[in-house]
Amino acid sequence: MLTIENLHANVDDKAILKGLNIEVKPGEVHAIMGPNGAGKSTLGNVLSGRDGYEVTQGKAFLSGKEILELEPEERAGEGLFLAFQYPVEIPGVSNLEFLKASMDAIRKYRGEEEIDSVSFMKLAREKCKAVNLDQNFLKRGVNEGFSGGEKKRNEIMQMMMLEPKMCILDETDSGLDIDALQVVAQGVNSLRSPDRSFVVVTHYQRLLDFIVPDYVHVLADGKIVKSGGKELALELEEKGYGWIEGEVA
Amino acid sequence: MTDVINERIESDYKAGFVTDVETDTIPPGLNEDVIRTISAKKGEPEWLLEWRLKAFAVWKEMQEPEWAHLKYPKVEFDKVSYYSAPKSMEDKPKSLDEVDPELLKTYEKLGIPLHEQAILAGVAVDAVFDSVSVATTFRDKLEEAGVIFCPISEAVHKYPDLIKKYLGSVVPQKDNFYAALNCAVFSDGSFVYIPKGVRCPMELSTYFRINEAKTGQFERTLIVADEGSYVSYLEGCTAPMRDENQLHAAVVELVAMKDAEIKYSTVQNWYPGDAEGKGGIYNFVTKRGICHQNAKISWTQVETGSAITWKYPSVVLKGDNSIGEFYSVALTNNYQQADTGTKMIHLGKNTRSTIISKGISAGKSQNAYRGLVRMNPGAENARNYTQCDSLLIGDQCGAHTFPYIESKHPAAVVEHEATTSKVSDDQLFLCQQRGIEPEKAVSMIVNGFCKEVFKELPMEFAVEAGKLLEVSLEGSVG
Repeated sequence: MLTIENLHANVDDKAILKGLNIEVKPGEVHAIMGPNGAGKSTLGNVLSGRDGYEVTQGKAFLSGKEILELEPEERAGEGLFLAFQYPVEIPGVSNLEFLKASMDAIRKYRGEEEIDSVSFMKLAREKCKAVNLDQNFLKRGVNEGFSGGEKKRNEIMQMMMLEPKMCILDETDSGLDIDALQVVAQGVNSLRSPDRSFVVVTHYQRLLDFIVPDYVHVLADGKIVKSGGKELALELEEKGYGWIEGEVA
Repeated sequence: MTDVINERIESDYKAGFVTDVETDTIPPGLNEDVIRTISAKKGEPEWLLEWRLKAFAVWKEMQEPEWAHLKYPKVEFDKVSYYSAPKSMEDKPKSLDEVDPELLKTYEKLGIPLHEQAILAGVAVDAVFDSVSVATTFRDKLEEAGVIFCPISEAVHKYPDLIKKYLGSVVPQKDNFYAALNCAVFSDGSFVYIPKGVRCPMELSTYFRINEAKTGQFERTLIVADEGSYVSYLEGCTAPMRDENQLHAAVVELVAMKDAEIKYSTVQNWYPGDAEGKGGIYNFVTKRGICHQNAKISWTQVETGSAITWKYPSVVLKGDNSIGEFYSVALTNNYQQADTGTKMIHLGKNTRSTIISKGISAGKSQNAYRGLVRMNPGAENARNYTQCDSLLIGDQCGAHTFPYIESKHPAAVVEHEATTSKVSDDQLFLCQQRGIEPEKAVSMIVNGFCKEVFKELPMEFAVEAGKLLEVSLEGSVG
């Protein structure tokens, strides 16, 4: 599904990713953990093509297609979804309007027909319910005046609507209380399927109690320094990142 | 690939074509003889000619105002032609069947079919082409309700008492430089009268079209809503793409008698000039309404066109408990300049006014809001609320706010809020990550910013206004 080969990336001319390799197969959930400043958020931003993140070396393939040369919206069309750590507000643009524009754009990219309004509304209401958001949220401006938890649930709701192939969750757990965390995890788990993969970027093991990964990778100083099964997360929680850094050194 | 190219071409200024008709255009220049010629062409009564000549005398003594935040070469008033009409209109066609098909086609191309069966149900249209009105639809139906909706040149003959009483009653001849010029040379425009207690059965609309080169358009609109009546009126405007600047100086007067309500909406899409700032309309407009007791006047404007916009739709709140509203979206792109806003003059007790202004600047444009709220000594308990928001796209444009508040009554309440924001990279990236192209994303964000104003427009026009913004923002990102 997602293959990253020797990825190097700079932010403001400073090297952040320094030769990252990862292979995510269809249906798998990979967790990427690591200390602050290791390059965790950079990975999601580089893969989705955000301005200001410069790839200096390496390649990334989504379902065999090289994506690093594509525009961000084209990558979205290819099925890449980034759930943001800090979702921004777009005042006056209703969630509904935004979702419709987004679905239409992605369907157009794939050469599919636009979804009709009735089916769209039905789907939107259904997904709203699935993440415990009141339907009034659909009429409100995108993230406008939402609490931290509501913003994150809104991200998951968008993910459910768009049904991407490859989902990257960028520290989705930050700022969430335990109830919201469970709602988010349930949403993600309901989307798990043999033809959809996840990369869950997180600082804490806590989220992984609810979204159980197939693999855990530790990212330190721009590289994957250790990989293992889900038990690696527990070990990290117990021993701290210092343990890995000590071991690598 | 051809799809993409076609889309680009189509989304240019769509109204920029020229209609090829034979015209009767008087030579450029302005003097008493020109005014006499215009008046004679319209077969006007002597009193109106005198009125025009008086205005001209006043205008000659006036100076062109220079206080606006606008930079442009001086208009050469002697190089403008002050009257142009399609020859086919000389015989005054009695019905649409007699109107030159070329003219009808023009309006059809602009999306304003004049044949009644093809028109938006419930909207009556007066179509003004250069200096004359070519057709007014649904007149019979309106007459049944007692509503008068006709070209002002016709009203001069048919309803001289009303015209004599109200023409210049809100915007007098000596009001300002451009208004005085308009009084001297005005050619056509619409006249509306709604009798006592009548709720106008349909939306009224005038569509102004400048066609002829080197010609100015000086239309004059007068709307009188008698006691307890209601009318919603919409004005639209376009012009061909030309390299030289063209002058448009209009006057609109609204009179809302006791308990009456007038809702006046404008979608202004005059040719804005090209991406290098060449050509475009100079739009100098005076719009003002007067509210008597318990009356309400609401101005809603969406301004996307013109190279230069100088326009301040105002309300004089004369009667007690009267209400004035101003909702505005002004968008400038490329080298466009706008200096627009409103004046709310509170004279009566318990008068209220609301101003919501949304300015959007893109490209190298300059966009200024200029507003005056005046509370006179008699304006006991009067209130004003002003909200003035600016949105910047890119880093080469400018947004300016010039609010003037004069409060001469200690108990009057004036509130003013202003914000300036930018379309942020984070917002754009969120949209792109969800598959939405940057240009579409910007227009969505801008539409969201304008929502409070768009909801004041009649529905069909709100949709059109949204589309218009999208087209006007072409090329503002990347």
